Amino acid sequence: MTATATTPLQFGLFSVGDVTPDPTTGRTPTEHERIKAILTIARKAEEVGLDVFATGEHHNPPFVPSSPTTMLGHIAARTENLILSTATTLITTNDPVKIAEDFAMLQHVADGRVDVMMGRGNTGPVYPWFGQDIRQGIPLAIENYALLRRLWTEDVVDWQGRFRTPLQGFTSTPRPLDGVPPFVWHGSIRSPEIAEQAAYYGDGFFANNIFWPKGHFKKLINLYRDRFEHYGHGTREQALVGLGGQVFMRRNSQDAVREFRPYFDNAPVYGHGPTLEEFTSETPLTVGSPQEVIEKTLTFRESFGDYQRQLFLMDHAGLPLKTVLEQIDMLGEEVVPVLRKEMAAGRPAGTAEAPTHAARVAAAQAAAARADEKGEATV
Amino acid sequence: MTSGTSGTSGSTVKLAVVSAGIGEPSSTRLLADRLAEATRLAPAGQGSGDSDSNGHGAEFQVETEVLELRELASEIAHTFVTGFPGGALRSALETVREADGLIAVTPVFSASYSGLFKSFFDVVGMTDEDALRAKPVLLGATGGSPRHSLVLEHAMRPLFAYLRAVTVPTAVYAATDDWAAPDDGVTPSLPRRIARAGGEFAGLLTPGRFPAGAQEDEVVPFEQQLAALRPND
Repeated sequence: MTATATTPLQFGLFSVGDVTPDPTTGRTPTEHERIKAILTIARKAEEVGLDVFATGEHHNPPFVPSSPTTMLGHIAARTENLILSTATTLITTNDPVKIAEDFAMLQHVADGRVDVMMGRGNTGPVYPWFGQDIRQGIPLAIENYALLRRLWTEDVVDWQGRFRTPLQGFTSTPRPLDGVPPFVWHGSIRSPEIAEQAAYYGDGFFANNIFWPKGHFKKLINLYRDRFEHYGHGTREQALVGLGGQVFMRRNSQDAVREFRPYFDNAPVYGHGPTLEEFTSETPLTVGSPQEVIEKTLTFRESFGDYQRQLFLMDHAGLPLKTVLEQIDMLGEEVVPVLRKEMAAGRPAGTAEAPTHAARVAAAQAAAARADEKGEATV
Repeated sequence: MTSGTSGTSGSTVKLAVVSAGIGEPSSTRLLADRLAEATRLAPAGQGSGDSDSNGHGAEFQVETEVLELRELASEIAHTFVTGFPGGALRSALETVREADGLIAVTPVFSASYSGLFKSFFDVVGMTDEDALRAKPVLLGATGGSPRHSLVLEHAMRPLFAYLRAVTVPTAVYAATDDWAAPDDGVTPSLPRRIARAGGEFAGLLTPGRFPAGAQEDEVVPFEQQLAALRPND
């Protein structure tokens, strides 16, 4: 794998960055330990041949990753091939000028191994922390992203909107690497508006399907595919879809269940609710052998169509670093190679490839060449 | 969950009957069944009747589906933790959404509806805020003492007003004593109150008013969302 090779489907990890006590020992890692653990996990992802590492952005305990490009910049220096991303970057409360600068800078630092996932976040109180008004959540997401695109694609921007001071003759620096901005995913758990926004721009749509039953996400993804085609970006099959997943594996299925159950029962998001068995039957969570993980993950394409990015949540709920690294080893060595092969087989021609910087630069150059030819022909 | 169809002619009205009774047998469930039966037996075209008459047959058939909340109790609780309803609860929510009318009966606990009853309707509102909009709802409550009867007006009606349902003017409270009290010809007995409520409810029902699959996400086209933000100049 290199950053320039094309892959039909990228596999990777996404981390929420929670600092949670290990329910089996009662010990809570320090923020420092957790942050260093996340960096180690990202390097492990590259070591076992995964394609992507994405970090969340949160501004309240028990979460630590408040400054994603700082972390990703470090990871960029310690890896060669891994694509660095977010899950998600808050398009509502970050100034779009700062997002434009930070991620263009990261592109240069990482030689293009960067994309970004926009989201609105999961907590209301974050708005006033950054001087924004929660009542304007959706309009902020729309206006900020429209401005961000202009900052990346136009060298000099005159702009006026509702939510920030106007810009006059502003140039965001550095300019995107090779004149091609980072690929953008729009992440959503429930909003059809976000599927519509992703489709409108021809961007990717990441359905974080790990907490809810699949019927809901089928509707969202179908909506995105329909609208992607409606806006003329290509066929429904050429739309760019990403999905989440959540697994815990041991060689022996019963061992996996026994070991993971206390973490499941006390997990911040869904703990103290349904049983592990109920949750695994309703959502993508798989707790079992590598073979079971393979089988469950292969059902995703049947439900949602062939897709471009698969991210797994592996490092939450207080799991010790050592365990997480063992999990990533199994994922990289036993699960992903089989999934790559199986998912490539029977993938219809015309299905979009997963986005990479190199492929996007090549596409931009081809488009420019076509435009030149047309220009000469009409002279 | 049980269901049944009865009646003679015309189209079919779908009734969802929600019982939050916890005993087995349950007087809450008994009241719910009696209210459903009174609705079925209401004379055709009746809108405000005070009738004891039986068996006229309505202009429509009545199909009832009973939802016993005790069977859904753990899925209801889990919904608050996970944010999504489990399988059996999903189908119960669909039954409520697609029903032409709803009969909702709860035991009285600590001066109000039971927590289970409230939790179910919290989930109804969480998953689809329009699920009960303009839907006729017949209310009932049961308790050990007649002194709790205003729970109908002070707790249940505001809840369903908030959910934008149309509550039937007569709601029925049944205390333990009511089940045994003879008709003294002065105070309306429980059977007479049930018949009156059923008649009023039947008058509000229209078959097929809340069709299946009507709940689709509507998306505002993105140009429209962008245009709304353009500064006026």
